Amino acid sequence: MAIEIKPLEQFTIERLIPLHIGGLDVSYTNSALLMTIAVAVVTALIVLSSRAARLVPGRWQSVAEMTYEFVADMVETNAGHGGMQYFSFIFTLFMFILLGNVLGLIPYSFTFTSHIIVTFALAVVVFIGVTIIGIARHGWHFLTLFAPSGVPKVLLLLLVPIELLSYCIRPFTLSIRLFANMLAGHTMLAIFAGFAASLPLFGILPLGVDVLIYFLELLVAVLQAYVFAILTCLYLHDALHLH
Amino acid sequence: MDLASAKMIGAGLACVALVGAGIGIGNVFAALINALARNPAAQVTPFAFLGFALAEATGLFGLAIAFLILFVF
Repeated sequence: MAIEIKPLEQFTIERLIPLHIGGLDVSYTNSALLMTIAVAVVTALIVLSSRAARLVPGRWQSVAEMTYEFVADMVETNAGHGGMQYFSFIFTLFMFILLGNVLGLIPYSFTFTSHIIVTFALAVVVFIGVTIIGIARHGWHFLTLFAPSGVPKVLLLLLVPIELLSYCIRPFTLSIRLFANMLAGHTMLAIFAGFAASLPLFGILPLGVDVLIYFLELLVAVLQAYVFAILTCLYLHDALHLH
Repeated sequence: MDLASAKMIGAGLACVALVGAGIGIGNVFAALINALARNPAAQVTPFAFLGFALAEATGLFGLAIAFLILFVF
């Protein structure tokens, strides 16, 4: 008996509460449900653990303090002077993506970061926000971001288009990096699980591989949230300090 | 050659991108071990993991293209 392996079935979006306003489909989907859970978990962690805050933190309070300090340290070292102003945005972004990635690893749940439209929306928010911050802070001087100082004039003809292109490509690389990591990891897990289900006796081998891949995916889930946040910090640094 | 088999070959070719990612990740961790062997107090591990994530992502771009070829077009 051959079991059909459908590794991409886990990414289907299902309408939990169908809802149509005008011509728009605004149904409450499983993706939206997981986003709600992620936001609720982060809010609960921060609010509940800081409500009865003590000088010597308990377990939950130290978890909240550790994440806070981790992100605060990251923003301070990477976004440079004046970056702490945008700390709350980066903390929110980091926790949302982290919870999205980690909650998706629970069997039979759903990973909303494995959909390009979600990650692309996040990346575009970062891109537009950073550009606005740069223009508001430096005005026309912001354009010197594309022309590194101390470069011969002839070379600028070549360098400015390259810098401009690498700036405009940022939202795409930022979103595809997160999306591709999540998609590839979850597909690989499903493929090996399919092998384990279809082999009669030696199915234990792919199952063992699956366990190892699961640990790798746990690492990747945390790492990709970190990378997304740290790259946002670096882009912010560019906008705040130019070169 | 019909479209279905061309798709399969194209998806296989797109996965060649993972060669680069493999070399890159190997380089990152080789350099990390090198650094830690020379100076065990060096605080470079976070950068190594950042480099690992960035190097891995380039290979996965190729993998994403393979999925696009197989399942979207």
